[in-house]
Amino acid sequence: MEEFREQKDQWEPKIIAFLCNWCSYAGADLAGVSRFQYPPNTRVIRIPCSSRISPLFILRSLQHGVDGILVSGCHPGDCHYISGNYVARRKFAILNNLLEYVGIEKGRVKFSWVSAAEGKRFAQIMKEFAKEVKALGPARKLVKSKIKV
Amino acid sequence: MKNLTTEIRGIAKKLLEDKRVDLIVGFERGTLPLRSTPCFVRRSEEVRRLIWNASCENNLARYLPKRTEKIGIVAKGCDTRSIVGLIQESQITREQVFIVGVPCSGMIDRKKVDATVDGKEIFEADERDGEVILKGRDFELSVSQNELLHNSCQTCSNKNPVIFDALVGDKIEEDGKVDEYKDIKEFEALSSEERWQSFTREISKCFRCYACRNACPLCYCQECFVDSSQPRWIGKALNFSDIAIYHLIRAFHTAGRCVDCGACDRACPIDIDLRKLTKKIEKDVQELFHYRAGMSVENIPLLATFNPDDPQEFVR
Repeated sequence: MEEFREQKDQWEPKIIAFLCNWCSYAGADLAGVSRFQYPPNTRVIRIPCSSRISPLFILRSLQHGVDGILVSGCHPGDCHYISGNYVARRKFAILNNLLEYVGIEKGRVKFSWVSAAEGKRFAQIMKEFAKEVKALGPARKLVKSKIKV
Repeated sequence: MKNLTTEIRGIAKKLLEDKRVDLIVGFERGTLPLRSTPCFVRRSEEVRRLIWNASCENNLARYLPKRTEKIGIVAKGCDTRSIVGLIQESQITREQVFIVGVPCSGMIDRKKVDATVDGKEIFEADERDGEVILKGRDFELSVSQNELLHNSCQTCSNKNPVIFDALVGDKIEEDGKVDEYKDIKEFEALSSEERWQSFTREISKCFRCYACRNACPLCYCQECFVDSSQPRWIGKALNFSDIAIYHLIRAFHTAGRCVDCGACDRACPIDIDLRKLTKKIEKDVQELFHYRAGMSVENIPLLATFNPDDPQEFVR
């Protein structure tokens, strides 16, 4: 726990993890009950399927000052809804390229497949992701500024 | 061009007289030279209004979604691809439209014309064998038509209609030599920070008139995400962040659907380079999924289907 403890003077990234109900969320749960440690920067949002993700969720998160976004679903072939993650994968590929193309830092938005049995892997991915986002620094580019009065 | 006009009028007249269609959507002479406007003909006496020239730039597929009557439509190569897209997405049925296809060698960009004549007023413009003759108060200028074409027309690789019920004029040979994605590749080669600066510069000009959305034949949603108030996806004020998100999502919504007709680009009153975004997505779609929008009504729309072997190197 020591290594993750927030120090007052040190900036800590805010991370949102959109986890699919059937695999990644259960994977995160397994990480929890197995007491695998991962950084507390993460806020988990449960979604029914990775294909529920609209690119607007991701862009709005960036607009509201989130520093890193992880979208995670079932491994291809294991989708609870048979093909949701396959369809989502196409959208993600296009969005991922588009964001990088306009100059959003590579690595702000991440995609992963985590199954319900991969608690350890989930913790590992979160650890790595938090470290990467921390290295990138705060996300400023799409943050909505307040009107100056 | 004169005989294309006569041919179009002939076909339109016959269609209306035989009651094969209730409405013809085509072009008529605009109030200014090089300014043709969309025109709607319902009676056979009115077919005289229809014309064809190198300023028939609008994508008329825009007028098709959610129509119930039978429509005859005059369509260029890019327009037919948009129509295919609309048929794929069940916005209109194939039986409902009679497509009068016109092979197109590109449409004239009036902004480029203005630059050529230093903003002087043009009274008359004639087209003759690939040359455009511009006449004004004390000048007469002959310019090659190719130089005056829209950027989207200069890199066009679908000059001929992909579907049609009647073809007007001769098919144009396509050499396939132009690199459609030259600009995009150049932009991709810049550093991340340079790309962001350039994107910011372009997008900050936008005052969100939504002309790009309204001109797009594929933006037919009953409620656009920018108008939605529940949920209110983005703010309505001129905030950079909201504007950027509007443009990113607008571009994203054209993924696998955009045929690069350039309608958004032409509609923009402040010349934002909108094709920078849509063309990039078009390129990605081609490279990642080997899909080209609007080529066949048999195709399933790109994002409505999948292939188990789709690329996923970016997923951890």
